[in-house]
Amino acid sequence: MKRIIAKEEVCMGCGLCEVYCIVQHSKSKDIVKAYNREHPRPLSRVRLETNRPVSFAIQCRHCEDAPCVTACLSGAMRKDEETGLVTHDEEKCMGCWTCIMVCPYGVIKMDVSGKVVAKCDLCSELDVPACVANCPNGALVCKEVTP
Amino acid sequence: MSKYVIVGASAAGIGAVEAIREVDPVGTITVISEELCPQYSRPMISDFISGKATLEKMKCRDDHFWEKNEVQALTGRTAVRLNLADRYVELDGGDRVNFEKLLLATGGKPFIPKIEDADKEGVFTFNTFSDAERLATKTENAKRAVVIGAGLIGVSVAEALTKRGLEVTMVELKDKILSLILDPTASEIVENVIKKAGVTIITGQTVQRIFGKPEDDSVVGDVVLTNGDQVPCDLVIIAIGVIPRMELVAGTDLKTNRGIIVNRFMHTNVPDVYASGDVAEAYDFVLNENRPLPLWPLAQLEGRVAGYNMAGKKTDYPGGTSMSALKYFGIPIISVGIANPKEDGTYEILVKHDSEKNLYKKLVLKDNVIVGMIFVNDIERAGIIFHLMKNCVNVKKFKQELISENFGLATLPSRLRKKMCLGD
Repeated sequence: MKRIIAKEEVCMGCGLCEVYCIVQHSKSKDIVKAYNREHPRPLSRVRLETNRPVSFAIQCRHCEDAPCVTACLSGAMRKDEETGLVTHDEEKCMGCWTCIMVCPYGVIKMDVSGKVVAKCDLCSELDVPACVANCPNGALVCKEVTP
Repeated sequence: MSKYVIVGASAAGIGAVEAIREVDPVGTITVISEELCPQYSRPMISDFISGKATLEKMKCRDDHFWEKNEVQALTGRTAVRLNLADRYVELDGGDRVNFEKLLLATGGKPFIPKIEDADKEGVFTFNTFSDAERLATKTENAKRAVVIGAGLIGVSVAEALTKRGLEVTMVELKDKILSLILDPTASEIVENVIKKAGVTIITGQTVQRIFGKPEDDSVVGDVVLTNGDQVPCDLVIIAIGVIPRMELVAGTDLKTNRGIIVNRFMHTNVPDVYASGDVAEAYDFVLNENRPLPLWPLAQLEGRVAGYNMAGKKTDYPGGTSMSALKYFGIPIISVGIANPKEDGTYEILVKHDSEKNLYKKLVLKDNVIVGMIFVNDIERAGIIFHLMKNCVNVKKFKQELISENFGLATLPSRLRKKMCLGD
């Protein structure tokens, strides 16, 4: 499966990963429309962590033994055995925040609606996730790892 | 004869089935459940009352879960007796199910305090889907409800009934609501939010008696509090908490305390008999002792651990602790471990409180290791703290950062951060 690796030493903290994540998860997939016309604006699933001079971007690690999957109260968070992805079903999510409590990386967000959570889906419909493809400095790389 | 027999098919039972099947694809599994459709999420029953969720949405596994895992699911059946010497479970009607390995995942049952005349129509417990279904039908014509208990269950049902348009009064014996998981400051923040939503909160009192309606004494009309005050109502919901469901265990050789005692493999003192979930007393990694912790995520994890061990894959239960995430009344809260310690100098407390924004963060440390936390409103990074807590990380050098507004992975010391999240 794919895994995104952050390279702290070359991250400039520009935040384009977040911008392109928002665009990718918008209805229009258009940067201008996503920012100006979609209300509420979708959330970025990748999180730029900064504490100058340190910066790096991190998103759901799709853990092998994912604590969010075991803790999920509603069955919305699942481990896909074939792809290795930790998937999140918004329709099933009850917004109980239990996954947020147990995620060691703090990368599960409360959706703008305040009713469900949102997290990285590794842009499963793209060959290369949007944050990786649009990082101007190669600070995010996509690796194929054996689950 | 079934290789694996599991009594109870909620979180722990489901977790066990999934773990067994990861290790042993062919061994026969029989699951016994009183409920006809046990694969739903019990913490969601308040969403059913509020109208936010249907049974379909509440199902935490799909309808073919049992078939897909080749489980013989005896739903709607009650296990009435255990014979551990001859290795069988007796069902209602006298059928016997023999086992090689047995998991007791019978769960908890509502704690019911002594209340005079509590047998009236309109008094409910709030634990299973059928409880919720019964209550939902009664909310149509009801105007006022009294919820006994202002813990997790009480707050959840109070929110649901408020959303249904009922006037709700919560009655709590302790001085503060949510006193098991919050400290007085956090409790007050939440109390104010709940009151703003229109709920009346009465603390330091409990219900001692229930009166009927003048026109029909068999129907709930008023509750009488310990101080003699009366609160008129149409519904009474007993939501104090759950206690381990131990009926099956009585008269067996199983060692029990409040719940069934298990070791780190979720194994009881009787060979080949395991216990998990609300009925078991499993390990608490903060208190370093076993105790009942009736929480869904722990039940599921304990069930998984039992399942692996039953199928022969030796697996340690890492331990749980008191851990709750709350979403009710629009105020997100996370509470873990020793959130409200005695002030005897053993613990160091770090607090950040912004009363205007209703933000509250509190960490409890012992010898520079986090042993408890409360996060109110700003909860998204709480999982990082939970991770440090679970791994007993010494936070001496960066403890002030932990409650800062900008706290995140980037504020952790570089070695720890790299170990935690960089690389593959």
